Amino acid sequence: MEEYIFLDDIATADVAIESRGDTLEELFTASAMATFEVMSDTSSIQPKIKKTLHLEHSEIDGLLFDWLAEIIYLKDSEFMLFGKYDLKITKDTNYQLDAEILGEEINQSKHDLRCDVKAITFHLFEVYEKNGKWISRFILDI
Amino acid sequence: METEMKVNKISDCLWEIPKTEKEGMLVPARIYASDTLLEEMDKGVFEQITNVACLPGIQKYALCMPDGHWGYGFPIGGVAAFDTKEGIISPGGIGFDINCGVRLLTTHLTVDEVKPRIRELVNELYKSVPAGVGAKGPLKVSASQLKEIMKKGVDWCIENGYGLPHDRERIEEYGHIPGADPSKVSEKAISRGINQLGTLGSGNHYLEIQMVTIDNIYDKKTANIFGISEQNQIVIMVHCGSRGFGHQVATDYLRVFDKAMKKYGMTVRDRELACAPFKSPEGSDYYKAMLCAANSAFANRQIITHRIRESFSKVFDTDTEKLGIEIVYDVAHNIAKVERYKINGKEKEVLVHRKGSTRSFGPGRKELPEIYRDVGQPVIVGGSMQTDSYLLAGTEKAMEGTFGSTMHGAGRTMSRHAAKKRVRGDQLLKTMAKDGIHVKTASMSGLAEEAGIAYKDISEVVETMDKLGITKKVVKLKPIGNIKG
Repeated sequence: MEEYIFLDDIATADVAIESRGDTLEELFTASAMATFEVMSDTSSIQPKIKKTLHLEHSEIDGLLFDWLAEIIYLKDSEFMLFGKYDLKITKDTNYQLDAEILGEEINQSKHDLRCDVKAITFHLFEVYEKNGKWISRFILDI
Repeated sequence: METEMKVNKISDCLWEIPKTEKEGMLVPARIYASDTLLEEMDKGVFEQITNVACLPGIQKYALCMPDGHWGYGFPIGGVAAFDTKEGIISPGGIGFDINCGVRLLTTHLTVDEVKPRIRELVNELYKSVPAGVGAKGPLKVSASQLKEIMKKGVDWCIENGYGLPHDRERIEEYGHIPGADPSKVSEKAISRGINQLGTLGSGNHYLEIQMVTIDNIYDKKTANIFGISEQNQIVIMVHCGSRGFGHQVATDYLRVFDKAMKKYGMTVRDRELACAPFKSPEGSDYYKAMLCAANSAFANRQIITHRIRESFSKVFDTDTEKLGIEIVYDVAHNIAKVERYKINGKEKEVLVHRKGSTRSFGPGRKELPEIYRDVGQPVIVGGSMQTDSYLLAGTEKAMEGTFGSTMHGAGRTMSRHAAKKRVRGDQLLKTMAKDGIHVKTASMSGLAEEAGIAYKDISEVVETMDKLGITKKVVKLKPIGNIKG
C-alpha cells in the first residue's frame, strides 16, 4: 500500500517526507503523491491529460531522485498537476522506469494550491527495503 | 542548543566550533548569534556548518549568520569562501533558487495617500505580478530572447522598455554578472523557465508595501542617501528569485556533481554538498550556467519592478516619474561570486558562497556605485510577512570578518508543517488585517506556513550584526500590504 508522512522535526525551512510501499512501484507512486500533496489538494486533480515517460538509472535511489525531479520539471514546463500514476519498474543492467502519469493543467481558482516545490534535494536522501517494505526519506526544497 | 559539539564563545555574539569537533574539518566553524539566538538554533545548523568546514579549499572559517537554520547542504545563513585555484564550487552552497534576492523601491507617496487605497492597490499588484503554483508570467519571450536575458540580465530589460537607464546602478553587480554562458544550460531549464518571467513564486516570496516611521530611522544621513527622507514614506519590497529556470539549472548540475565526485576522488558528509573543483570542466560549466540563472533572476525582479510602476501609476492615475518609484538596491542572497579578500596578510581571489546570506560591502569598495560608495552598500533584510523588515548599510568590518556578508532575513525556527498545526491561514489573514496589514495570497495554507511565529525575532537578528559592526541599522520598515505567493 502507498503511504507517506510529513516529518516535522527535520529541515526547518523545507518539507521532509517518508514514503512507503510494498513494491517499488508503490514507493514511487507514494513519493509522487506526497510531492503533489505539498503543492495542492490532490483529490481535486482530474486525470485529463496523460504523459508518458521513461527513466533509467544504475541505482534505485538515483532512479527515485530522477523520477521526482522529472515530475517537478513537468509541473512547471507543462503547467500541470498530477494525481494518478501507472508505472512499471524493471531491472536488467540498470533500473528502468516506464510510467503513464495523469493530471490536468493548473487552475488557480479550481485547485486548492499550496506551496510550490522547487526541487528534490539529496539531503538525508535514502531508499531502502525493510521487512518487505520499500521506504524512502527525502526533502523537497520549498 | 541542540548539539553536543563544543561551541566556544569568542566574544559577544561570536561563537566558534573548533576543528577537532568533527573529523575532516579543515577550518573552524564560526556562528554569529546572540546568546538567545544560539540557544534557539536547531541541530541542523551545527551539523551542516561543520560539514561545510570539511570542503576542499575553504578559507579561514565556515560561517553561519544569526538567521541560520537547517537547510540542505549548507545551512541557510551559511557563508564560505574557497580558493579559486584549489577549492570547490557546490550547488548545495548556493541553493536551488539561484539569486533569490530582495529589492527595495522608494516612492514619493505617504501612508495617508496609500492606506485608503491599499485594497485596490494590492488587488492591482496581485493581477500584474502573478504569484503561486503554476502562475504564468506576463512576458512572452522566445528561447533566443531568454538566452539574451541570461547573458545581459537587467540590461536586456532596460533595452526592451522594462526599466530606466539609472535602475542599473542600484542593483548588485549592476544587474548583470559577466561570464554567463547559455550553452551550459539545458533545454529543460529553458522550457521550465520560459513562461515564468515576471512571476513571484511561492513559499516565503512576497511583494510587500511598507512604511517608514520617524521612530524607525536610525541613521538619517544614510537613509537620505538611500532615498528615504520622509516620515510615513511608502516603500515596496520584492522577494523572489530565478523561478523554475534556476531550480532546473541547480537540479541538472547536482546530478552532474554527484557523478563527478567519484571522478575527482572526493567525498562529502552530506550528498547535497556534492561539489567539483571550481577550475574543473564540471565546476566551470556550473558556474557559467549558475550566472545565467543569476542574471535571469535580476531580470525577473526588474520586470516585476516595471509592473509595480505600472500598477501604482494606474491606481494613483499619475505618471510613474511623479510617483518617484526608484530602486534603493537589489541584493542576491543565494549565490557564489568571485571576490578578493586579504587572507593571512595576502590578497587572494576566492569564490564566496552565500546561501541565505547578503553581501554587505563597506564604504569605498569599487564594486559599489558612486552614489553609495561613501556610506556602504544598502543591505536589505526581509522579515516574515507579519513582521518588520530592515534596510542596513555594509561596513569595513564585514570585509574583515565575514567575507563581506551578513544575514538575509529573520530565519525560520519552526517547520512549515508545525506552523500549519499552530496557525490557520484564514485566521492569520484576519489578525494581520487587524494589525494594519492587508494581505492577498495565492494560498491560505501557504500563508499559515509563513506566520510570524515560525520565525526568529528579526530585530534580535539584525541587532546582533549591528552590535558587531558587520551591518549598521539605517531604517526599519513596517508592512501595510502584502502579496504572498
